[in-house]
Amino acid sequence: MHSAFTRSHALAAYTVSVLAGLTFACFVTTAFRDYNADTTINTVTVLVRNVPDYSALREKNDMGFMIFDLKADLRPLFNWNVKQLFIYLTAEYETPNNKLNQVVIWDKIIQRGENALLDHKNIRPKYYFWDDGNGLRGNKNVTLTLSWNVIPNAGHLPNVVSTGSHQFSFPDEYTTTKM
Amino acid sequence: MDSLFDDLKRMNKRQFLYQVLSFGMIVSSALMIWKGLMVVTGSESPIVVVLSGSMEPAFHRGDLLFLTNFEQDPIRVGEIVVFKVEGRDIPIVHRVLKLHERDNGTVKFLTKGDNNSVDDRGLYAPGQLWLTKKDIVGRARGLLPYVGMVTIYMNEYPKVKYMLLAGLAGYVLIHRE
Repeated sequence: MHSAFTRSHALAAYTVSVLAGLTFACFVTTAFRDYNADTTINTVTVLVRNVPDYSALREKNDMGFMIFDLKADLRPLFNWNVKQLFIYLTAEYETPNNKLNQVVIWDKIIQRGENALLDHKNIRPKYYFWDDGNGLRGNKNVTLTLSWNVIPNAGHLPNVVSTGSHQFSFPDEYTTTKM
Repeated sequence: MDSLFDDLKRMNKRQFLYQVLSFGMIVSSALMIWKGLMVVTGSESPIVVVLSGSMEPAFHRGDLLFLTNFEQDPIRVGEIVVFKVEGRDIPIVHRVLKLHERDNGTVKFLTKGDNNSVDDRGLYAPGQLWLTKKDIVGRARGLLPYVGMVTIYMNEYPKVKYMLLAGLAGYVLIHRE
């Protein structure tokens, strides 16, 4: 009646259902959590150049550049079902060409156990801030926001836009000198 | 082993036919669930398996992703999208890095893998600089780790696949409820 086959079969089935139950509990206990937090962003230097974009069609496009400060306490966001936070700084603006432009200029991965208290001074962008044309010079309304994508052990993947954004304008003249 | 086939010996023709039909039911319900998910999520492939490490440490090889692709749901920067590139069979799972949306609603965007140092322009079709909505298979909404390893093993070692299929079919046919 209880052959080795039936025993191992029962054991395997039981293991799988326990694992499935635990995974589901992990998901349900954190599914309705609010992952918002406050951030403080500030620009130190802002300038715009008009240079050929060799990563695209080699046309002269506007390229923004800024040095910025960033402050955020993301420690409360972590719980047992948060494996990692992917945080990204987005520049959002409008141009005559496009009603919406979103460019990620900096990002960072914070895994569980790593320092989630951010206090960065004078960071440079990680990615080039190319516009889709020439819409950055004299642009009066560029918004920087910090957002994060919560990566769970198992569960859904919310993208959260934090409260606390920073608005700035680009200068009316292109910068031509090297920094 | 004898006891395994005892049930089969005791069956008559009708009972055996019933087992075959119930096996057919299982196969067709699986197909119905898959097609039903396609309708509900709007994605042509509502569940995908991560095949590469380009999104590590968020997604590892063998993780299962649940996708949606609702028309009214706009694509925004920071979202993880699954897209197909002309000339490549395997869809890619990467994050949107840049996005430009025109007044008439057409949108173009650039992606990058979290674990890659450069954006995806090198992966796109020659001369392609941007992705558009038609390239998108879906957007990642849920994550289930490890489960997809089963399909990876089955694809890498076809023998495992046939053994598993034969085992399942045999189990359903032989065992009586």
